[in-house]
Amino acid sequence: MEYLMNFSFRSRDQIPNYIVLTIFTAFSILPIILLFLNSIKPQEEFGVNPLGFPSTIRWENYLDAWILGEYYNIFLNTLKLVIGTLILCLFSAGLAGFSLARLKPKGSNLFLIYLLVGVSIPAQMYILPLFLMWKQMNLMNTHIGLIIIYAGLNMPFATFLIRSYMVDLPEDLFDSAKMDGANTFQTFLLIAVPLSWPVFLTTALVVGLAVWNEFLFALTFIQDQSSKPISTILFAFQSRFENDWGLVSASAVMMVAPIAILFMFFQKRFIAGLTSGATKG
Amino acid sequence: MFNFSKNITAWIFLSPSLLIHFIVVAIPSVLSLGLCLTDWNGFGKINYIGFENFYELFDDRVFKKAVLHNVIWTVIFLTIPIILSLTTAYLLTGIRRGQLIYRLIFFFPYMLASIISCQIWKYIFHPIHGVGNWLSQYGIDFLEKSPFALKETSLYAVAFVDGWHFWGFLVVVYITGMYQVDHTYYESAELEGATKFQKFWYITLPMIRPIFVFSLMIIIIWSIPTFDYIYILTQGGPAYSSEVLATHLYSQAFDRFNVGYSSAIGTLMFIYVLIIVSIFGILQKMGWNI
Repeated sequence: MEYLMNFSFRSRDQIPNYIVLTIFTAFSILPIILLFLNSIKPQEEFGVNPLGFPSTIRWENYLDAWILGEYYNIFLNTLKLVIGTLILCLFSAGLAGFSLARLKPKGSNLFLIYLLVGVSIPAQMYILPLFLMWKQMNLMNTHIGLIIIYAGLNMPFATFLIRSYMVDLPEDLFDSAKMDGANTFQTFLLIAVPLSWPVFLTTALVVGLAVWNEFLFALTFIQDQSSKPISTILFAFQSRFENDWGLVSASAVMMVAPIAILFMFFQKRFIAGLTSGATKG
Repeated sequence: MFNFSKNITAWIFLSPSLLIHFIVVAIPSVLSLGLCLTDWNGFGKINYIGFENFYELFDDRVFKKAVLHNVIWTVIFLTIPIILSLTTAYLLTGIRRGQLIYRLIFFFPYMLASIISCQIWKYIFHPIHGVGNWLSQYGIDFLEKSPFALKETSLYAVAFVDGWHFWGFLVVVYITGMYQVDHTYYESAELEGATKFQKFWYITLPMIRPIFVFSLMIIIIWSIPTFDYIYILTQGGPAYSSEVLATHLYSQAFDRFNVGYSSAIGTLMFIYVLIIVSIFGILQKMGWNI
């Protein structure tokens, strides 16, 4: 039973809890609702009715933003980054997690310590040398360059998560596969990966979200307007159409909508994945 | 012999992630450690100048401001979001219906990109369109100017936006810990006539101590490289009033190409994080006994 209780549940006792909690949720959700309302508000109305419901609903804001911002291209860029990162990151982190969980080679503790130090290095420590390296290797302004960076940044998290799941897989499945003459890579691909799909899904959601939202590296490594992903385009958009709140809000909602939809379907996975570092200590 | 080849296969499996992480994080970090002892500007000759960059840093007025702002930032995040989210998580464990929906709403802002949260609050604090103008009709005029544009408030206004985005994450982290508390403790406390606050202070808080201490650590670590919200909302201004280490480093690195100087800032940030992680590592070894 998930709902362990710290009070006896007399409904009268719960009323103060509900009141406070509702005030707090309003603080969390009202600003987001306002963003949505602004996205369907005609421009003339912002002067007279900045905070309320729009009196006429103008869905065309979305069409205008889509055309003016050339969003087809931008979403394609972002999607490329997300999918590329997922392929590279999940494949290599899957191999590493499998190795750490099932093969346990000599020195794997060293690898884990390396990853732990790796995640605690602040990005600012290495972003400039990385920038100079990428320039040397002609990876600036390329999606593959940014994909490699994102894969590297998310690698420790993905490896830890996949490893902790694969540790608990039953040993006898692997034994019988070995008896049948499967090599190590076949046991990985045909047994470990299919059995571990839940953790791959969780990892994909968390890493995908991180890439979708990422700002600092996108800002630094893609300066070419036509290759930029949505996060840095929105940053440019905000100064380009500074007082065109309807357009800017519609663009923002377009960036949030896919996340919100995925969150509705996969809430538990998102929450478990994003808090896994903190709650497992 | 068999074991040896098994080890090789295992390390071949580890090699793709190791290679990628090496290229993206390890190599440039080591480069940075070397470059912080030089005066390189990205183009000319590289001259070794010893600890000159660090001496210069301690004379840099903006650097000192940035350090102070990072300290303020850390203190803000160690207090307000923690108090709010502990309270919220505790209240959530005390209701029967709707727990899940409350939790989802609290968590959702954490999923938003920094650019989105910033845009939402830029509008709300906008002097003409936002709440400021609406409030001033009723004679409340402290938001008549955008708090992001005032020297006195810019840092706190940005911290507020980041905190709005972040605190729901803490709620969910704490409530995960609180669910693991054995409810018989509460029942016996109730028989003794304990108040809600007493139950929280003497049962809940000690029981979630590992998660709580861990949350302190991630807040301290995450407060150092904080960048997005400040860069998007104020760019460190006005007059350096919201400059932090990360934005200072970024402008030194990418506006002025002071490679050596910005590497020195990065190195100091890394050393600080390493110290914090070691302290918490030792605490964990001691079983969180603080």
